[in-house]
Amino acid sequence: MGFLTYLINGLSLGSIYAIIALGYTMVYGIAKMLNFAHGDVIMIGSYAVFMTMANSGLPAVVSIIIAIVICTALGVIIEKIAYKPLRKATNLAVLITAIGVSYFLQNMALLIFGSNPIVFKSVINWKGITVAGLTISGITIITIVTCIIIMLVLTWFVKNTKPGQAMRAVSEDKDAASLMGINVNATISLTFAIGSGLAAIAGALYCSAYPTLTPYTGSMPGIKAFTAAVFGGIGSIPGALIGGLLLGVIEILGKAYISSQLSDAIVFIVLIIVLLVKPAGILGKTIHEKV
Amino acid sequence: MKLLKNVTAPTQKLIRTVAAVVLVYILMEILIAAGCISSLIQGLLVPVCTYSIAAVALNLCVGYLGELSLGHAGFMCLGAFASAYFSKLTADTIPDVPRFILALIIGTAVAALFGFLIAIPVLRLKGDYLAIVTLAFGEIIKNVMNVIYVGKDSVGLHFSMKDQLSLGMSVDGKMIINGAQGITGTPRQSTFTVGVVLLILALIITSNFVNSRTGRAVKAIRDNRIAAETVGLPVSKYKLIAFTLSAAIAGVAGVLYSHSLNSLTATTNNFGYNMSIMILVYVVLGGIGNFSGGIIATTVLLLLPELLRGMADYRMLIYSIVLIALMIFNWSPDVQKWKAVNGLTLDGIKARFSKNKEVQ
Amino acid sequence: MSLLEVTNLGISFGGLRAVDEFSLKIEEGELYGLIGPNGAGKTTVFNMLTGIYKPTDGTIKLNGADITGRKTADINKAGVARTFQNIRLFGDQSVLDNVKIGLHNHFEYSTIEGVFRLPRFFSTEKAMNEKAMSILSVFGLDVEADTLASNLPYGKQRQLEIARALATEPKLLLLDEPAAGMNPNETRELMETIALIRKEFKVTILLIEHDMKLVSGICEKLTVLNFGRVLCQGNTSEVLNNPEVIKAYLGE
Repeated sequence: MGFLTYLINGLSLGSIYAIIALGYTMVYGIAKMLNFAHGDVIMIGSYAVFMTMANSGLPAVVSIIIAIVICTALGVIIEKIAYKPLRKATNLAVLITAIGVSYFLQNMALLIFGSNPIVFKSVINWKGITVAGLTISGITIITIVTCIIIMLVLTWFVKNTKPGQAMRAVSEDKDAASLMGINVNATISLTFAIGSGLAAIAGALYCSAYPTLTPYTGSMPGIKAFTAAVFGGIGSIPGALIGGLLLGVIEILGKAYISSQLSDAIVFIVLIIVLLVKPAGILGKTIHEKV
Repeated sequence: MKLLKNVTAPTQKLIRTVAAVVLVYILMEILIAAGCISSLIQGLLVPVCTYSIAAVALNLCVGYLGELSLGHAGFMCLGAFASAYFSKLTADTIPDVPRFILALIIGTAVAALFGFLIAIPVLRLKGDYLAIVTLAFGEIIKNVMNVIYVGKDSVGLHFSMKDQLSLGMSVDGKMIINGAQGITGTPRQSTFTVGVVLLILALIITSNFVNSRTGRAVKAIRDNRIAAETVGLPVSKYKLIAFTLSAAIAGVAGVLYSHSLNSLTATTNNFGYNMSIMILVYVVLGGIGNFSGGIIATTVLLLLPELLRGMADYRMLIYSIVLIALMIFNWSPDVQKWKAVNGLTLDGIKARFSKNKEVQ
Repeated sequence: MSLLEVTNLGISFGGLRAVDEFSLKIEEGELYGLIGPNGAGKTTVFNMLTGIYKPTDGTIKLNGADITGRKTADINKAGVARTFQNIRLFGDQSVLDNVKIGLHNHFEYSTIEGVFRLPRFFSTEKAMNEKAMSILSVFGLDVEADTLASNLPYGKQRQLEIARALATEPKLLLLDEPAAGMNPNETRELMETIALIRKEFKVTILLIEHDMKLVSGICEKLTVLNFGRVLCQGNTSEVLNNPEVIKAYLGE
C-alpha cells in the first residue's frame, strides 16, 4: 500500500474521531464537563444499528435513524438523571459520575448482548471507486463526506439559528444567558441530544470500518476523540475537525511507517508536543486570570 | 488520649489513622489464623494495600497540589517494571530481604525520576489540559513497556524494542522483559504484612509532607497561585516537588503490585487510563485531600464486587449505580441542602448525639 | 536615594495603552497614596510593580536596584509585598498558616527534615509559630489563629492579608483599596491599624484608595492617575485642591 492510501485511510478514521470529538467539545463548551460516557454512547449506537439492521433486516438508513433516536434519548436521559443534579458541584464529582455512567452503559450492554464480540455488518455495500490505480472503499468515502456535511450543518446551526445562538451564549456565561431569557436547561439538553445523536452516526461508521463490536468498543475511540478535541482546542467546532483529522492521519501513518504497537504512543506524543507549544490546543483561546 | 495532647492536630489525625490500620491488620491476621476469611478475600488483601497507597499518592496530587492527574497508573507501571526487573536480575545473587528493599528503592526512584521529568513540561499547563497530558503520558508508558525486550546471557544484557529475536542472544540466554508478555517469575514477596508496612510508611510521609513548610507552600499555591507568588514562593519548584513525591509513592504501589504476581504485564486494565481513573474514584469518594477516607473508599470499592458475587452478572451494574448514587448523594447541592435541613450532615449528627448526652 | 523610583513606566494590552509615562518617587518611611477614578490604571501599576504584568517600557528601581520585569516571587524577596482589591487569601488554611506562609522565606528547614520530623523541624516550627502569633496579635487576630481563613468576616480577611504581607518583611507595602467594602467604623479602625503597622514594622506604604477621607487623613503625598497618565503629584493638601483633580473626580 502506498502513502496516499494510508493518508486517505487516516482521513477516514480522523473523520470518525472528528464526529465523536464534536460531542465532547460541545458538551465541554456548555457544561464544562468531560463526558466520559460519550464513548459508550457510541457503543450503544452501534448495537442499535446491529440489532435493527443485521437482526431485523431493516434498511441501513432506517436502522441508523433508529440508532440516532435511541442515542439522542439516551444522552438527554443521562444528562437529566446523572449530571443535572451536580451542575453546581465540583468538576471532579461530575467527572466521577460520568465514569459511573460509562461503567453502567458497558455493563448494561454486557448483560443484554454478552461479552462475545459481534461481527458488525457494514452499513455501506458500495465497493468504492478506483482512480488511477488507487482504490478507495465506499465506507471511506462515505465517512469523509458525512463528516464534512455534519461540520457544515453544525457550523451553520450554531451561527445562524436561535437555539445555536443560545448554545453559544450559555457556553460563554450561564448566568448572563439565563438573565437574557435563555432556557439554560433546555439548551444543555439540546447539546447532549446533538452530541449523542452524532455518536450514533460515528458508531455506525466506526464499526463498519472496524467490524468487531463488544461492550467495550466505544472506550478507546472515545478517549482518542477526546484527545482530538483537546488537540484542536476544546470547545471549538473547527478545532474538533482539525484535531480529529490530524489524530487519524498520525495514527494510521504511525502504524504504517513506525510501529504498529507504538501507534497510540505516537499519537499521544504529538498531542503533548502540540499542547506544550499551544497550551490551549490548536484553535483554543487562552484565558488569562484577572488580577 | 492524654499522650496526644502535646502534638498538633494533623499529627493526631495521622496517629489515629495509623492506629486504625494496625488494628485492622491485627484483626485480619487473627481472623485468617482462625480460618474465618475466604481465600477470595485473602487474595484481595495485597491489592487493597496496593491501591490504598496509589490513592494516597494521587490524593497528594489532586487534593494538595490541586492538579488532576489521569496518569498515575503509568507511575505505578514504572515502579512495577523497574523493581521486578531488578528482582528478577538479582534473584540468585542477593538474599530476599535486602533484595526487596533495594527493589523498592529502585522502583520508587524510577517512578520519581519520570514523575520529575514529566512534571517539568506538564505543570506549565492548567486544569483539564494538564489532566489529558498526564493521561497521554500514562498511555505512552504503558505502550512502550509492551515493546521492550531485555535478555541476559553469558555475554551480558541485551536490549531491543523490536522483538525477542533481534536481541541476538546465545543459547543459554534468558528473557527478563519479554515485550507484551512482560516479566515472569518475579519473586513474590508482597505479603499482607509488607503491604501494610508500606501503606503506613506512605501515610506518614505524605501526611508529614503536607503539614510541613514545603507542604504549606504547596497548599498555598493550590489555594491562590498569584498570592503565593507575591509572598515570595517559587511556584514551579514546589509544584515539581509535590508531583515528584506523588509519582514516587505511586511507584511504591507499583513495587508492591509487581511482587505480588507471577507474571507482570502492562495492559489496559492494570496500568491504562482506566486504572488511573479507578484510583481517582477512590480519592474522590474518600474525600479529596483526606488520606484515611481514600483508604476506606479503596477497601470498600475493592471488596464490593466480591461481596456482590452472589448477584453474579449484576454486580458490576450495581457497582456503577452505587458509584453514581454516591456521587449525587455526596455532592449535589440539593441533596446537601436536604441533608442540612434534616440534620444529616456529620456536624448535625454529632450535635444530635451530644444533645442526647446532655439530656441523660 | 529613594526607596522606590519608577520612571516612565508604560504597558499596552494589544492596542490599548493602559498606563503611560508613569513616574513616581517614594522615600523611605513615607505613606503614599495613589488615587484616581475607576479604570485609571491604578491596579495595573501595582501589577507591574509586583511583576504580575511585565511593563512594556520604563524602569522600576527599589533602593537603586533595577527590578523591572523580574519574577513576582523575586520582587517579593527584594522587599515588595502587596494586598489585593479582591482579597486573595489561602482560604483552605488556618489564619496562623496564612501568616506562616508569609514567613516562608525567613525560616529554613528542608523537605526531608519536614517529612521525617527531624529536630530542626520542631525548633523552626516553634519559632515560626511564635513569630506568626506576634504579627497576628498586632491586628488582634491572634484569637482567631485556628480559624479557617475563608471563615473570617470580610474586614478581618483584609487585615489578615496585610498581616501575611508584613510577614514577608517588606520594605515597601502596597495596599490595593484596603478600605473597599468597609463601613465608616471599620475604615476608621483600618486607618489606626495602618498608622500602627507603619510604626511597628518600619515599612513604607503605597496605597490605592477611593475613600477620600482615608486618603486625606493618613497619606502625606498623593499621585492622581487618570486615563493611565499622571494627572498631578505632590503633597496631599496641594493635590486635593488642584482644580484638575477636582474636575477629574467630580466630572463635568
